[in-house]
Order: sequence, then structure tokens, then C-alpha cells
Amino acid sequence: MTKAYFEILRSGINTTYQDIGRNSFYHIGIPFSGAMDKRNLLISNKIVGNKQTSPVIEFALQGPLLRLNNSKVNFVITGDVNFNIIKKNSTIEKGNCYQSYVLEDGDQLDIISTNRSVYGYLSIQGGYKIDSFLNSYSVNTKAKIGPNDGEKFSNNQKIFLNYIKESFHKKKINYINSKIEFIRVIKGTNYDYFSEKAKKIFLSEEFKVSKLSDRMGMRLEGSKLENIVDTNIRSEGLIKGVIQVPADGNPIVMLSDHGTIGGYPKIAVVISADYEKIVQLPPGTKVKFKLIDLKKAENLYKLYSLETQTILNQI
Amino acid sequence: MIKNITNLGDAALYCNFGDKVNKEINKKVINFFKNIQKIKIKGITNISPSYNKLIISFDLSETNFQTLKEKILNIKIEDIQNEKSENIKIPICFEEEFALDIKKLSSSFNISENEIIKKFLEKNYYCYMTGFIAGMPFLGDIDEKLRFKRLETPRVKVPMGAVGLTEQFCNIYTFESPGGWNIIGNTPKKVFDKLNLNDAALIKPGDTINFFKISKKEYLNWND
Repeated sequence: MTKAYFEILRSGINTTYQDIGRNSFYHIGIPFSGAMDKRNLLISNKIVGNKQTSPVIEFALQGPLLRLNNSKVNFVITGDVNFNIIKKNSTIEKGNCYQSYVLEDGDQLDIISTNRSVYGYLSIQGGYKIDSFLNSYSVNTKAKIGPNDGEKFSNNQKIFLNYIKESFHKKKINYINSKIEFIRVIKGTNYDYFSEKAKKIFLSEEFKVSKLSDRMGMRLEGSKLENIVDTNIRSEGLIKGVIQVPADGNPIVMLSDHGTIGGYPKIAVVISADYEKIVQLPPGTKVKFKLIDLKKAENLYKLYSLETQTILNQI
Repeated sequence: MIKNITNLGDAALYCNFGDKVNKEINKKVINFFKNIQKIKIKGITNISPSYNKLIISFDLSETNFQTLKEKILNIKIEDIQNEKSENIKIPICFEEEFALDIKKLSSSFNISENEIIKKFLEKNYYCYMTGFIAGMPFLGDIDEKLRFKRLETPRVKVPMGAVGLTEQFCNIYTFESPGGWNIIGNTPKKVFDKLNLNDAALIKPGDTINFFKISKKEYLNWND
């Protein structure tokens, strides 16, 4: 049988395989990685009937242009994404997120861009012919690990697809990614390294998401945050969501591919319930932080998980 | 043993073992790390040992700060010996093209380049932690005469294999990466090898290593 594959006519800015992440290797310098927006990964896999742990294709800002060869596939795109299906006969159908579509042999899928967000997801029923590395399909381009030799996709590559026997899952849900007013944070372990004025600025002023943001971290620009103790700490472990402030006074939010060790003071940590919201803020967006306590953060996460489960149960 | 445990965000425990950076404290951190790794507590996703801290991250849908903190405080800690009894030996080449900062160090310390190399090779090093980039070991302590501050302006690209010094520590760049350590040589050995699935990082927290000098020819022909 001839192999089914997508030919990558345009790779997009940062298109990679991701899944729910790679546990247990921080101690040798390998970060968690995984889909930046896990809820959208779970929804996309569920719509096409894949397992929760199945890999997906994650794209950022501009997505890939793919042509299907030797097969017919069922796919869905999640996030807030503009995309078209270009049929073999050149007719163009505009696609809707959270709805499955069948792509015929020779059709093209043009993932044009994300809207007021960064990350989107493409799930194919049956998945891709790829191998996992250390129990995960997530690509980490820094350590060059995961499928596709640990690299993002490039033009003219092929994505080989698994053959599926069963019939296609036709599914559609109504879901809108909520936009947020505040990102809620908990005090970091070096919160008191910062002057009263800096704390006030951090919790009241707007910060702009810089262009120097990627899967490793998000740099923020705004009024400088004055450190009154020490601009370095002894290097120690990091987790995603930590907001570090180096000597220049501009905060950096650690994201899923972060370096596992860092030596800058931690002013705050983004709560788990808001992580998938902050990662979706594109460069140029303004963000404001709000301080809450641990109990509140735990309760917000319970609500967030419950909401995710409710959405998944509808599918 | 742990001085205190606080929360780092809503999904991690921040365990402090003391303010100093020395082998004695670090050994306690690493022994604690190995104990937790061994008993496999539900919900723990990652454990990061560093000089004097241990960060335990967890899945908030499976456990929470208070529950996990109590579990951690009630663990019976055993003394876990390091599995590797012999030293890990790392070849290093000090050819001019690799020793990017050795001239500067030589004039700052007012000792010859050969003297720097001799002092560097003399010591056994202990791995305090591994990370930042995959497999990068933070080793110490280097000879008191070789201690120097970080570069004022870090390099945008430090070559893979570079061996650098800063303060009491040395490290090995396992990938080409930005970095601010003073580079004295380069190793051809794969210190992070993703094809070695069970043991991708050669040097792990608690290991001991020493360096031995190789020529440019040996460097070029090196085969792990």
C-alpha cells in the first residue's frame, strides 16, 4: 500500500509535534515541554477520537500549508484560527475551529494564522507515524529531542500518517476561548527582593508582551522593577509560570520549554488556572497581574479543570 | 534536614536546605532527591535538585501543596549511595581555538596558561546539579587560584563541548548555547547523548568526575 502523507508546502513559524508533556527529567535539564495550551490539545484529540495522550501538531501565529497525498483523513483544528481547505479542483472552503472535516487525496489545508492568540492545534484521526522519546512525543528544539529529530517542521518535509480502519468521527462543538482581563499570580520566593514601588508597579501597571517571546519564555516590557536586595540568586530549579526579573528590571515568564535552572529573583508565579491564558497572548498585547493567595489559586484550578472536563464530556 | 518548605506557585514545593553552597549541604539535597525518586509519590511530576534547594513540582489535579508537604516531611530518609563508584573521565583539549578565555585568565591571575591547565586537571570535581540546558553539569570546586567572575557581556553562542569556569564552579556546554562562563577548553565526549535512552545525561547530580588532557589529533579522532 502506498504511504499516506502530508507534504509541507509552507512550514509556518514554529510548527512542532507536541503532546501532554514529558515528566520526570528536570533533574537532567529536560523541561516539561508539551502543548502550550493543554485544554485545546485535549479538545482536538477528543473531537477526532484520539487518545488524550496522542501527539498533535502545534503551530504558532502562522500555521503550515499542507497537501494530502495517497489518503483521505479526518482532522480538526482548535484554538482561534483562520484556515481554509483548498480542494483539488481549486474551490476554497473556509474552515471553522472545533469542527471535524474530511480531507480528500490531493486537497490542501492552509492554516493561515491565529487570531488574537498564539497557539493552535491540528489533530488527525489515527495520528502520525512517529516515535516517542522519554515517554513523550513533544519536540524540544533546544535539546533537539522528540520526533522529527527534535526540530520544528521545515518546507518540503513529509508528515507520514497512520492508516485507520474505522470510520470517521464527525464532531462539532461550540467553544470560544475566553479572553482575560488579568493574569492571576502568587507571590514568588523572592517577592521581597523588590521595592515597595516595584511591587506596586507590578500589580497595577500594564506590561507589554515583547516580540522576544517563544515556547521557552515570554519577555515583558513596562516600567522597570527595582530590586533592593540582589539581582542574582544562587541558581536553582524553575517551573513553568515563574516570573523572573533580571538586573534590567524587565520580567520574563518561564514557559513550557524553559531552561530548568535559573539564577534571577522570582517575583511571582502564574497560577495553574491562568497558564493557558497567558501563553496565548501575542506580542504587542498588554497584560496586568493580580495577586491572590494559594487557597484561592487551588480553588480556581479546580473550577478550571471541571470546566475542561465539562467541555470534553460534551464531545 | 530541610530547613523549611514553602510553595513556589500553586504546583510546586520549594525546599530549602540552608543558605550556604557546599558539598555537605548539596549531598543532603541529592540524597533527599534520590529518596523521593525511589518511593514514587502520586502526583509528583518533576524534582529539581540544585546547590541548596529542592523543587518538587506536582500535578495539581492529583495532589496539593499541603498534602504533599506533609508526605514529604514524613518520609523516612535512607542513605542512598551513588551507583557509580568510579569517576567519570572527561577528555579535554586546550588548543588555542578552544581555549577562548585562557589568555585573559592567565594575565588576570598572573600565572602561565600551563599552570592554569595543571591546576584545573589536578582536582576531582563533584556535580552539584545538572540542567539549564539538557545534561549541563555544574561542577565544583575549582582551585581557589582559578576563580573568576562571569563575562560582563555573555557570548551569544558558546560552542558545544566548551568547558567554562565561573567563581568556584566549572561546567560543560552540552549544546551550542548563549553563555557567560570563561572558556578554557573543549571536550569531544558526548556529555548529553539522546540516543542513550536510559542514561542520556552522562553526569548527574552527585557524580564525581575528572578531566584529562588530549591533543588536537585525539580530539578530532574521538569516538565514544
